Amino acid sequence: MIKVRVPFLPFVLLVIALVAALPIVTNNPSLREELFLVLMLVTLASSVNMIMGYTGYVSFGHIVFFGIGGYIAFWLMLTFNTHFLLAAIASAIPAALMAALIGIPILRLRGAYFALSTVGINEAMKTFMTNFEPFGGALGMFFNFSIYTQYGGAREAAFLAYYTMTVVALATITTSYFVRRSKFGLSLMAIREDQDVAMVVGIDPARAKVIAYVISAFFPALAGATFFFKNGIIEPGHAFDLLRSIESLVMVVLGGIGTVAGPIVGAALYEWLRGFLITNATFANLQLALAGLLLLVTVLFVTAGLVGSLRNRFPRLRAYIQ
Amino acid sequence: MSLEALLPSAIDGLMLGFVYGLAAMGLTLIFGVMKVINLSHGPVIALGMFAVFLLFSSFGINPYVGVLAAAAIGLLFGTVIYFVAVDRVINAPELTTLLATFSVNLMIIGVGTVLFTTSPRSVDIDLGALRGSGVTILGTHAVAVVIAVLAAAALYGFLFRTRVGKQVRAVANNRAAAELMGIDSRRMLALAFGIGTALAMTSGALLSTLFAFTILSGGTYELKSFVIVVLGGLGNPTGALVGGLVIGLLEGVLTVFIPVAWVPVFEYLIFLVMLQLRPAGLLGSRA
Repeated sequence: MIKVRVPFLPFVLLVIALVAALPIVTNNPSLREELFLVLMLVTLASSVNMIMGYTGYVSFGHIVFFGIGGYIAFWLMLTFNTHFLLAAIASAIPAALMAALIGIPILRLRGAYFALSTVGINEAMKTFMTNFEPFGGALGMFFNFSIYTQYGGAREAAFLAYYTMTVVALATITTSYFVRRSKFGLSLMAIREDQDVAMVVGIDPARAKVIAYVISAFFPALAGATFFFKNGIIEPGHAFDLLRSIESLVMVVLGGIGTVAGPIVGAALYEWLRGFLITNATFANLQLALAGLLLLVTVLFVTAGLVGSLRNRFPRLRAYIQ
Repeated sequence: MSLEALLPSAIDGLMLGFVYGLAAMGLTLIFGVMKVINLSHGPVIALGMFAVFLLFSSFGINPYVGVLAAAAIGLLFGTVIYFVAVDRVINAPELTTLLATFSVNLMIIGVGTVLFTTSPRSVDIDLGALRGSGVTILGTHAVAVVIAVLAAAALYGFLFRTRVGKQVRAVANNRAAAELMGIDSRRMLALAFGIGTALAMTSGALLSTLFAFTILSGGTYELKSFVIVVLGGLGNPTGALVGGLVIGLLEGVLTVFIPVAWVPVFEYLIFLVMLQLRPAGLLGSRA
């Protein structure tokens, strides 16, 4: 018998690319909007999984990098009429640099102290932006529609944002995969299991953790730049939304923490469920409460998440699902 | 801004600090006993506000009797939260308990939004005011301070003077050793979670007599409690009370010199610096 082994990464990337192509082929703008959001959530969840799932550091306020990316890119586009793609990259680099700068001190902290620090950083950033007049203060900034003319109009700009988000999501997943399969990823997981033992076997935890944190900050910044480019308006409450930050952790846990596929499955599932609850007349108002209930059940009884449970239940799947 | 405004503003801030400190004591007690950061803290504070509001507006019950009722409800409700959401994962890594208590947060906010909507409410009471030279102290604020102090004293009396309180402290110190001494640690953890929740609800109940509020108001106080708890040292109730006073005073003083919106920026910066340099808090030993 010939065993056909489907390579995991190309398979996943292909599936996502095909799904992402669906609204383009069928010319369905509402599906495109929905998938735009899902791809963004996949990016956020996969990113936070690299620091939380692989390295074991619960970055509660990870959305701060999404907000920073969004703000810098938005400001560049608004003030200098910078092309969106250039602005996005120009915003992700300072976000990654900032991750390195704040990562060096706060990654020394363990457990709850680290988690609280990340909340503090996000809230400090939010309140700072609320007062920072060059970036519009509490009201934020908004585009004049003429800004979209250099992309051929608002409709074309929306397509450009969609393509960009797809590429960002694919890049995040690819990175997540290679990190997990690499020696670097192994050192992260060693730190997660026991930092002191990791040091004994020759890993430099401080360095490895900061690198992981920087990688996990880069992609949310790109996602933020893309999201707010399409949104046309940015304000502090929306950019540094702690609830969205926690939601991305929920997606990771739902899908399977520490796996490559988990955050993808979790993000898609969570968004599908929310869509279902919001459009359902009986559940619309209770959607938050039901999301809470789902989270509680997952946390208490399905600790490994969907992908993780599958891998635990059927060990043979481990060769196929990362 | 004039310096004449400084004294009244500082006094007002300090008085509010007692109420902040009370909420933070609840948060820090839970962390101190079971190493759980209770993310349902904010909504619980909001529930305290609504307990007073509902008893007052529906049954005409005096708001200060309502405060007492809020404390009792909190004790019961906290115990329920513990057994439903925390007990099963008490030994799991912090992410698990963070998410478990956050799920309670979502459920309270979800149901609360449906029941109470997010329109602002207020409890109308007027106890007059004490007027001195340039300083006015509202009666409601003064009573809130007295109740907050009494509640804190009651907590200390319980923890240090009663047998059960000592058992709670024993469990906080070393759960395994406490169990070997025949203490039912599970009951003590549930009790501690109940007391922590009761403190948060009491604080919310007192806040409802001072300011207007919505079901989402707890979020602000939850973040404030985080700052205060870190300032005082995670798990240290005395520290939380002191931290509350410091933050209250700071808010009172800073608002005289800088725009109100900048104040939280400073609070969060202090929070981050404290986590870095003195994670054991102002009263704790040096890191």
